[in-house]
Parts: sequence; structure tokens; C-alpha cells
Amino acid sequence: MTSSLSTDLVLILPEIILAAGAMALLVLGAFRGEGSAGLVRFGAFGLLIAVLILTACAGTGEKVLGFNDMLVVDGFGSFMKVLVLIGALVAIPMSVDFFRRAATDRFEYPVLILLATVGMMLMISANDLITLYVGLELQSLALYVLAAFLRDDVRSTEAGLKYFVLGALSSGMLLYGCSLIYGFSGTTNFTDLAAGIASLEGQGAGIGLVVGIVFLVAGLAFKVSAVPFHMWTPDVYEGSPTPVTAFFAAAPKVAAMALFLRALTVPFGEIAAQWQQIIIFVSIASMLLGAFAAIGQTNMKRLLAYSSIGHVGYALVGLAAGGEEGIRGVLVYMAIYLVMTLGTFGVLLVMRKDGKAVETIQDFAGLGRSHPWLAFVMAAFMFSLAGIPPLAGFFAKFYVFISAIEQGLYVLSVIGMLASVVSAFYYLRVVKIMYFDAPEGAPLELPFPLASRVVVGVTGFLTVLYFVVPAPLVTAAGAAAKTLLP
Amino acid sequence: MTVTALVFYLFAAITVASGFMVISARNPVHSVLFLILAFFNAAGLFLLLGAEFLAMILVIVYVGAVAVLFLFVVMMLDVNFVELRQGFLQYLPVGALIGLILLVELLLVFGSWSVLPEAGNLAAARAPDAATLSNTDALGRILYTQYLLPFQAAGAILLVAMIGAIVLTLRSRPGVKRQKISDQVTRTMETAVEVKKVQPGQGI
Repeated sequence: MTSSLSTDLVLILPEIILAAGAMALLVLGAFRGEGSAGLVRFGAFGLLIAVLILTACAGTGEKVLGFNDMLVVDGFGSFMKVLVLIGALVAIPMSVDFFRRAATDRFEYPVLILLATVGMMLMISANDLITLYVGLELQSLALYVLAAFLRDDVRSTEAGLKYFVLGALSSGMLLYGCSLIYGFSGTTNFTDLAAGIASLEGQGAGIGLVVGIVFLVAGLAFKVSAVPFHMWTPDVYEGSPTPVTAFFAAAPKVAAMALFLRALTVPFGEIAAQWQQIIIFVSIASMLLGAFAAIGQTNMKRLLAYSSIGHVGYALVGLAAGGEEGIRGVLVYMAIYLVMTLGTFGVLLVMRKDGKAVETIQDFAGLGRSHPWLAFVMAAFMFSLAGIPPLAGFFAKFYVFISAIEQGLYVLSVIGMLASVVSAFYYLRVVKIMYFDAPEGAPLELPFPLASRVVVGVTGFLTVLYFVVPAPLVTAAGAAAKTLLP
Repeated sequence: MTVTALVFYLFAAITVASGFMVISARNPVHSVLFLILAFFNAAGLFLLLGAEFLAMILVIVYVGAVAVLFLFVVMMLDVNFVELRQGFLQYLPVGALIGLILLVELLLVFGSWSVLPEAGNLAAARAPDAATLSNTDALGRILYTQYLLPFQAAGAILLVAMIGAIVLTLRSRPGVKRQKISDQVTRTMETAVEVKKVQPGQGI
């Protein structure tokens, strides 16, 4: 308890810069009126880049506690924060063209993205159930508004409302779990919880604590949209404006997964046997549902929603395996998943037909002939999401399954591989439609928006050529995973 | 001791009964009034626990602000509650079954409740000494020191809520006439008054 306020403030300097910057930009936008969207967007973009550099460079990766142990800054947190910041960074320029065409080019969008990012960074750094909850709500509340951002569009408002109601329900479950955990242990602090549970010395946790963990996991599973708490995902992904959906599928998932990892391994690592079976069930169910439910989808956003449910299942395989290897697997998975998802949504944002954004799979017909490069990159994303070597997605799956096999979780691994084979069907169907079906309807509108093109190019490059130098990401993830474990 | 127990059961019974009435009252205004009654009795329970600050906050914030706001909303929005409640009986058996299962499970949990041996120490380590401080003093001390970060973050959440409400509802209507004081002040006689020579018997 010797840390002073000034050292604490230095710890959360990135968050403070983002929050203060968001408020300054809000004031700027409010005073300059509707025409200030471009300026605010530029400011938000600059802030995110600055904070990204600060987070990536600052810190030695060692574990530092601050704010009376409410907050922890370590290599794991920095790794996840960098991913979240990349997601947020990409979400701002990708939205420009979309919102301009929808005549909703408003300055609140970048401000809300910034505040959501602050919430996500707090979630990742949380070392206390209270910080966890507050960060989660800060993030969620901003996301509810973003989902309903096209307020004159029925589907968008419906998505916002659905997300809000179900999100509030899941927050309730999470809080109930937290209160049970507090009732059992007398503390909400992760460090204290870990110490208290270690003092049990294998006598077995009380049933009250286990029920608390179950509720906590239920709340967190909702946030990462794992089965059986996934029902909101397809509707919200379909209804939300496409740039917002891209953001949803990228940054909040990474943040919630980081929270999942920390909230289970740090305080409850001693009683891993109690929650491991829940994670295994959730993981298997997510992988299977992601594989089978997406087969019948014709809407690209819904398909990607189910695909993201499946990918969460694969990432959870690493958590179920646990240990440094497993956590490293999850980190690598989330990093590669982020790149692939942003790229796929970038392709969706590039394509417009008849003045409308492309949404159905049939709209991709004949893309191989009309726009061979775009089709090639999209095919690379689809192969990568399916996990076909030598693309990046294969390595993501490889690391989590290796860790699971080393822990002896053979059934989980086999089911995971089979699910991944099934899911290859719908990914490859998109490729088949692009290359072998005759073009339908109007040609794509040209020119393609520049920002999305850049995103597609960069993510496509990373996805295709990841296998050339896989080491840096794996090493960074390994170092980050090491700091999470005691 | 028996007096405390009696008062406890009185407050608890009224809280539960008024909670039930909130969802079963036909008139929504009555529901809100029962909600206020429930708040008052919960405040009484807090007083029995020695948490006088929470009791007062409950009355001031929930009864004074939230419940009155509810009352306004219920009275101003013409929501047809009879229509909303259709299907209530239809879903009642399933809902009651799930509720019952959950209740039994929770009773089982509380029946075999075992608290961490360290729990008392852990709770005491981060709380100020309750014996020497008043409630308000103790809460203030930890709220602005130990829990500074979540406290500030909660402020940010309220900001997001405000931004969200404005983003989703504010519409700038065209053609609204507003007073522009600078325009009024800078008017000169040349811009404001036009002198016309009117010929007799002609009109303008």
C-alpha cells in the first residue's frame, strides 16, 4: 500500500490520455456543431495512435499493481491492450465512407469509440471485481449506443435495444456472481482472492464460491458471445451498421477474452478443476454451434457472427487447457482472429452495389472475374478463417490445439478439429460463389473507399504472409502469457 | 433483542409484500407507490444493520429522485399495461417452474454455505475501522482513496449514458426561429427601416 497517487496515475496514463482526449473532442464537437466530424475523427485517430505507441513501448512487462491493488499493469495486459487499440484504430477510418453515405457522419462516433476503448483497457487491467464491472459497463454502454447509431434504421435500433436488454441481463448475472464470491471470501480483490483460496490448501472450495464462479462465467460468456449465451450475436451483428459490427467482432471480443483469462486464472487458478469443465463445455458448444448454424446463413454479417461464435470456442480451448502454453495459444489466436476479422469486414465495407452496402453471399458472385485482387484477398481470409495452412488462421488453431493435447484434452481437441472441418464448408462456399458463379446484378460501385482498401490490403498481407515470420507474435504472446501466471 | 427481531421481521415482511404488489398491482401508479414503500422498508433494514448512510441515501436518491421520475414516466407515457400483461398467465407456469428450481438450488447453496476461513481478515484488511468512524466518514475515506479508480470510471459511465441519450434522441429541426442577439444589436436604421413615399390615393 505504499504506492502514491502519482505513481498510480502514471500506470493508467494511456487510459487518462484517451478519456481526457475523448472529453476534449466531445467539447470541440459540441461547440463546432455537425460539421466537425472530420476534425474529431482526425483527433481521435491521432490519440489512438499515440496511446498505441505509448502502450506498446512503455512498461517492462513486469507486473505492477496500482490504486490499492484495484488495477494491474503487466505484459499480458499490454499485449491485449495493443490488440484492442488496433481494433479501435481501424474502426474509425473504416466508418467514414459508410456513415457519410448514410448521412449520419456525426462526431459522437469517434468519441464513443474512444470511451469504449477506455472501458476495454480498464477491463483488461482489472485486478478487482469492482474494476472489472465498471470497465465492462463503460465499454458495454458505449457499444449499445454504437449499435443503434443509425437511429432512423429499424434494424439498427432493434439491434441496439436487443443488445442493451440482454447486456443488462448478463450484467445482472455477473454482479450476482460477484456478490456470491464476495459473500464467500470477504473480498473482491483478485490478489486477496487468490491468497484466500490458496490458504484452503486443497480442501475444496465451498459450493457458494463455485456457484458464484458459474454466474461470473455466464456473464463473461455473454460478453464474448459463447454458447449458450450467444443468441444476441447474429441479430446485433446483422442490424448494427457494418463498421460498428467490424468493431464489435474485433476489439470488445479481445477485451472480454482478456477479462475471461484474467478473472479465471488469477484469482481462481488454484481451483481450476472447478471451472475447467464449464469452459470445456462452453468451448465445445460454441465450436459446434459456430460450425453448424452458419451453414444455412445467406447474410454475410450473420454468417460472420456465427463464425465469430465458433472462433471464441476455439480460443476457449486454450483457456480450458490452461497453463502458459494454453494462454499463449489464446493470445496468438486473438491476435490472428483480430486481423482476419478486420480484413473480412473491410472487404464487406469496400463493396457497394446499387447505392447499398453488400450484405448477402450472392452479392459476391463473379467477384473473381470482375475484381480478381479483391476476390483473392477475400478467399485468403475465408481459407484463413477455416484454418487452412499456410495461412495465419491455421497457426492460431495450431497453438491452442497443441496446448490442449499436451494437457490430455483429447476429446476437446478432436471435436474442435471436426467442427473446424464442418465450418470449412461455409467458408469455402463463399470462395466457390466468388469464383465459379456468374455475376449477378449491378457491378460494384467504384472507386472503393480508400481507408477500407488500406485495411484490406494490410490485413490481407499479414494473413497470407504470416507463415514467413511467425516467431515475433508467438514470442510476444509467450512473454505476455508468462506475466499472467503467478 | 426481541424488539430488534420483531422490527426486522416487520420491515422484511412489508418489503417482500410490497415487492409482490409492485408486479401484481393493476394500476401502474399503485405499482410505483408500492415500490416507494419497498424502498422505505429496505431503508429501515439498513438502519437495523447500522448502515445509516445507505438508509438515508436510499430514501433520498431512490424515493426522492428515481421513484418520482418513474411516477412521472408512468403518468406521462400512455402505456397500456393491461395489453403488456397479456400472456402473463400463459408464461406463468414455465416462469414459476424455473423460479422454483432456482430457489431450491439457491437454498441448497446456502444450506451448505462454507465461508473461506480467511474471509473475516480479508474483509477487515481493506475496510476502515467501523467502531471509531461514522458511516459517512468511513465510506468517504475509502471511496476517495481506495476506490478512487472505479469511482472516477463510474463518472465516465454516466458521461457515456448522457452522450448516448443525446446521440439517439436529439434532432436538430430545421426552421426553428431562435433569438440571435448579435443580429438584433447590429441592426441599423438602414437595414431595418425602409422609407416609402406613398402617393395619395395609390397605396403601396
